[in-house]
This record gives sequence, C-alpha cells and structure tokens, in this order.
Amino acid sequence: MRYRRFSGSRITAVMAKEVIQMRRDHLTFAMIIGVPILQLILFGYAINTDPRQLPTVVVAADAGPVTRSLMAAMDTSDYFAIADRAVDEPTAERLIARGEAAFIVTIPDHFERDLVRGERPQILVQADATDPAATSGGLNALTTLIERAIARNGTGSGTPDGGGVELVLHRLYNPEGITAHNIVPGLLGTILTMTTILMTGLALTREVERGTIENLMATPARPHEIMLGKIVPYIGFGFLQVAVILIAAALLFAVPLEGPLLALLTVTLIFIAANVTLGYTFSTIARNQMQAMQMTFFFFLPSILLSGFMFPYRGMPGWAQALGEVIPLTHFLRAVRAIMLKGSGMVEVIPHVWPLAVILALISVVALARYRRTLD
Amino acid sequence: MVNGEPIIDIRGLTKRFSGRTVVDAIDMTVRQGEIVGFLGPNGSGKTTTIRMICGLLRPDGGTGTCLGYDIARESHLIKLNVGYMTQRFSLYEDLTIRENLDFVGRLYELEPRADFVDAALDRLGLTGRQHQLAGTLSGGWKQRLALAASVMHRPKLLLLDEPTAGVDPKARREFWDEIHDLAGEGLTVLVSTHYMDEAERCHRIVYISYGTIVARGTVPEVVAASGLHTIIIRGGDQATIARRLRDRAGIEQAAIFGNDLHVVGADPVVLETSVAATIAGTGATAETGETILEDVFIRLMNDGGAAPDNGGQPT
Repeated sequence: MRYRRFSGSRITAVMAKEVIQMRRDHLTFAMIIGVPILQLILFGYAINTDPRQLPTVVVAADAGPVTRSLMAAMDTSDYFAIADRAVDEPTAERLIARGEAAFIVTIPDHFERDLVRGERPQILVQADATDPAATSGGLNALTTLIERAIARNGTGSGTPDGGGVELVLHRLYNPEGITAHNIVPGLLGTILTMTTILMTGLALTREVERGTIENLMATPARPHEIMLGKIVPYIGFGFLQVAVILIAAALLFAVPLEGPLLALLTVTLIFIAANVTLGYTFSTIARNQMQAMQMTFFFFLPSILLSGFMFPYRGMPGWAQALGEVIPLTHFLRAVRAIMLKGSGMVEVIPHVWPLAVILALISVVALARYRRTLD
Repeated sequence: MVNGEPIIDIRGLTKRFSGRTVVDAIDMTVRQGEIVGFLGPNGSGKTTTIRMICGLLRPDGGTGTCLGYDIARESHLIKLNVGYMTQRFSLYEDLTIRENLDFVGRLYELEPRADFVDAALDRLGLTGRQHQLAGTLSGGWKQRLALAASVMHRPKLLLLDEPTAGVDPKARREFWDEIHDLAGEGLTVLVSTHYMDEAERCHRIVYISYGTIVARGTVPEVVAASGLHTIIIRGGDQATIARRLRDRAGIEQAAIFGNDLHVVGADPVVLETSVAATIAGTGATAETGETILEDVFIRLMNDGGAAPDNGGQPT
C-alpha cells in the first residue's frame, strides 16, 4: 500500500465519526442550541459600569478662552482623555468609526462671539453608543463641565439650565442606547468561546478516557489529519450556534445587522477556528475530560472579564487591557460590534481581524507540537 | 503456511517507564504464517512489547523491524499493514457496527468501501444487526467486531493483546478457529494470552516475565525444557496430602485438579521419595503423570525470571 502524507479519506473518517457521535449525544446537542438562547435572555439585562478616560477628539473651529477652559476642564475630569485637539471633521469621524475615539466634541465657528451675544451657540457631542454603558457616564458629566467652563469665564447670559450653550447629543450607531444591541454581539462571542473550546477540549480526552485513542493511533491517521478531522465538525457546530443567536437576536431584541453578512461570517469563521484549535490544544494537554473542562473555564473567565464583554475595555487598567489583547474574544467583539452596529465592512475591521489570524496560527502550531504520536 | 521470512524481528528491545525497566532487552522473531503465543503474568511487559512493535511506544533501546520496516522510524508504514486489536474494546460504542467499520474503512482508504464493509459484516454474520450500536453488543460479539475491524484492510500481521479476556468458552473457540483460518490464508499472528488452552493452540509460545523472555518454543519443547516431573495422586484426603506435600523437599507444586492431585518437582528421585513418604497409610495411590503447560507456567511465575531461556531452536 502506498502511503500518503495527507489523506482526505482519513480526515473524512474522523470528521464523519465526530458528527455521528455529536448527533447521538443528545445532551450536548441540546446544549449547542439551548445555551445561546438561555444566555441571550439572561444577559439581555445590562451590566452597567462607569468607565473613565474615554478617548475624545475635539473639532474646534473656534479657539477662544471658553473653548480652552472647556477643554481643560474635560481633560482634568476623569471621563475624557483628549487625544487630539486639532482635527477636521472627516478625520474625527474616521477615528470614531474605527473605535479609536469614543467622543467627538465639535465647537462651531464664532462660538465665543455667539456666546457673548447670548445667542445660545451649539456644541455638538457625538458619542459611540455601541456600548451605551461606556459612554453614558461621560455624557452626563459633559453638561456639568460646560456649565462650569462658562461660569468661570463669566461670559454668556447664564441661563440656569444650558449655561448659554445648547448641547446637541448624537448617540452614534445605537441611537436609543439599547444595551441589548451591545450585549448581543458580545454574547455571540462569549457563547462561541465557551461551547466551541469546551467541545473540542473534550474531543481527544474522551478518546483517551475511553481507550479508543489506542486504536486510532494504531491506524495510519496522521496527527494533522486527526486534528483537522476533529476541528472541522466543531466549526460547523459553531456556525449552527451563530445562526441560533442571530435569529434569536433579531426576533427578541431587534438587534440590527448594519454591515454585510459576509464580513460577519468571515470574521466569525476565523474566530471559531481559533477557539476550536485552542480547545484541541487543551485536549492534548489535559489528561482527562475533567481537566479539559477546568482549563476551558480557566480560560473562559478572563475572556469574558477582560475582552470588553462584561466591562467596557476602556474602563480597565492598562495591564488588564494588555491581557485582553491576547484574548481572541477581544478582537472578535470589536469586529462584530463594528459590523453589526456601525455597518463596517471587511476592510474597516481588518485591524481587528489580523490579530485573530495571528492567534489562530500560533495556537495551531502549539496544537500540532503537543499532539502525542505515541502513548509514551 | 509457515515459511522462512521474518515478519517481526527484534533485538535487545528495551522500554523504561520513569526509570523502571518494563521490557528488558528482549529478542524475538516471528515468521510469516506463524501463530505465536505471547505469555506471561500481568505486568510482565506483553502489552508494552506489542505496542513497541506497532509503533505506539518508542523503544528506549534495541532495534527491530516489523514487516521489513524499522519500528523506530517507519511506524507509519507498519501501521498500514498491521492489524492491532487492543486489550480493551477500543472501537466506538456510540457508533453502530456499520459506522465503526466505515470509519476504519476510511482510515485505511479502502475502495470501494461499502464492499469491504459488507464483506466484513458478512464474515462476522452481523449483516442483520449492522445498525445496532456497538456498545450494546455482548463481550464475545464486541471482540469479534474488533477482530473484523482489525483485519478489514487485509494486514500482513495481526497483533492481538489478550483478545479473549472475559469471553465465554464457545466464543473463544470460534475466535480461535477464525485466527487459524486467517493464518491459513497467510496472516502472521502474535497473540498475548493468559489461557493455557489458547497457548496450546499456538504454533509456538514465548513466555515473558518481568520484561525478560524466560521460555520459548513449541509447547512440548517448553514443557521438556522445564525439566519438571509430575506425579498424580488419586484417592485419600487430597487436601491434607497436598498441604503436607508442600512442606516436603523437592516439591514445587501440589495442586488439585478434580479428583487428581498433581505433584510437580524438578528432581524425579526426591519427588518420588517425598510423595511415597507422604501418602503412606492414607490409602492414596500415586503414578507418574505428564507435566502440563500450566505447571511449567506456575514454575516460571514463581521463579520470576530465574529460569534459563531455552527451548530448542533459536527464535
């Protein structure tokens, strides 16, 4: 018999087996469908937090004392970190679309003059409301800051409510500030993280525990064939969950899908692939199913805490943000929120997708290196 | 169908697990068409040796070839041409009989797969139950399914690791008939077992104890090489006689088989004297009997590897 290094037949053997086994495992199969629906309903409620130091750009057409005073006040307040003072409008819009800014404060032409004349000039504040929890605190604070800045300079007619200024708020991307719109894309990522890692984590350890690995290893199947055969079906199961979540999200919470579906599916594919490969790596390290499960939860916890799902990413300290960067969910959340709520396409989310691809490549290398070719 | 071509040829094969030597420099040759029994107590290294031969474990020392391929470097080629039946049932209990065979068929790239699977089912006599889950089969059927799965790709060598543990005598008999049929078709078989009757159905046996081969050859050769003599005592109070005998000089074993008491010793003169002295006045009679393989194995187990490695032809 001729020996081939890469055999589609052997990969199909493992894949077909995994699908049959999953289909017969009614409990796990029910979990694949049930968990997303359950979590969607449970997490429909907001997890409210109050993040600080949100990146803000100021488009200042007028740079008088009141404007300077206002910017100084914003800078000293905890809520804002003024990233750029001298940008034009298109640049500012690009920054917020890419998620590099959370607020744009636009001060119009002749702002100071109109203020002195008592003509109630407008200040436009645009907030990235994809995560309403992250920006609402800042918006509230802004009103007070403007009032104080004007009072300090002694200008304007000083009406009690507006301070002589009309504050115009634009909640971008999620005008009503509906938390579910932010939570649902987040849940898509969390549910996929948990179930896909767990399922593949059990894939090899189950064979070890049942003793079937000895038979499998005695066959000509190569490590990469077994890995592919075990990973591909779970990518399929992952997409089954994506369908459940997206349909439920549309029906229960009327979450929009602003961007192209193809971009969403592409990003999701890379994300699921990274997760199942990670799960497979766990299962090459764990000695039994119990350990594989523990490792999954050990990984899952920082994933939901540090990715920006549970708490706004910008509200976390620097070290936590750094940790969050190595978690696939972090990048997935950014990309999916951008696609679903901001209407971004594939090109706009590339900055969030390449880290995912790098993570996937690294994990694959580890998984193949870890696979034991012998029973030693 | 035994001819000269060596199928397994290992020299000085050694395996250590965390510093403990489990298999200690063993040599073994199995020729084409032979059925070789691999015997020894639990933990003596049988499974470890079989796993090294088929590339599931990496040897720590020694060299060997299996089907002409190097066992350390060419295990993927060995795996293509070897059927391996594990000690534990290691097919998938949550797959049906047919699905299990399909799985194996795909792994070995058998074309057309359905024909191979149908033929295997037919040979097994399981065509009518092909959609039954493998986990619902009885021990005997599971083992037959495992055998069918391990020979479906028509291997040249079959490695069986205690294939009949926990299987009833009829199923065991049928299993061995099948093994002889396969050997008749030219398949070479290395089978590990605990059962004496199974050892006697092998062309040749190899006995391993604490990782060392302590006896090998055909059954009569191994019995003759043991140098043991047996006296059979009938009548009298055998339990009492057996107890007394065990304290006497020159008696290695005294075991009751139904109405016979088998007394085994290495020196026929001392053996006879001790027996005569013990049964005097008990009404029992003694006569020279034939030493059986089990007596030899008990001796080998008691010796724990101290017996000389002999047994006719070099193997």
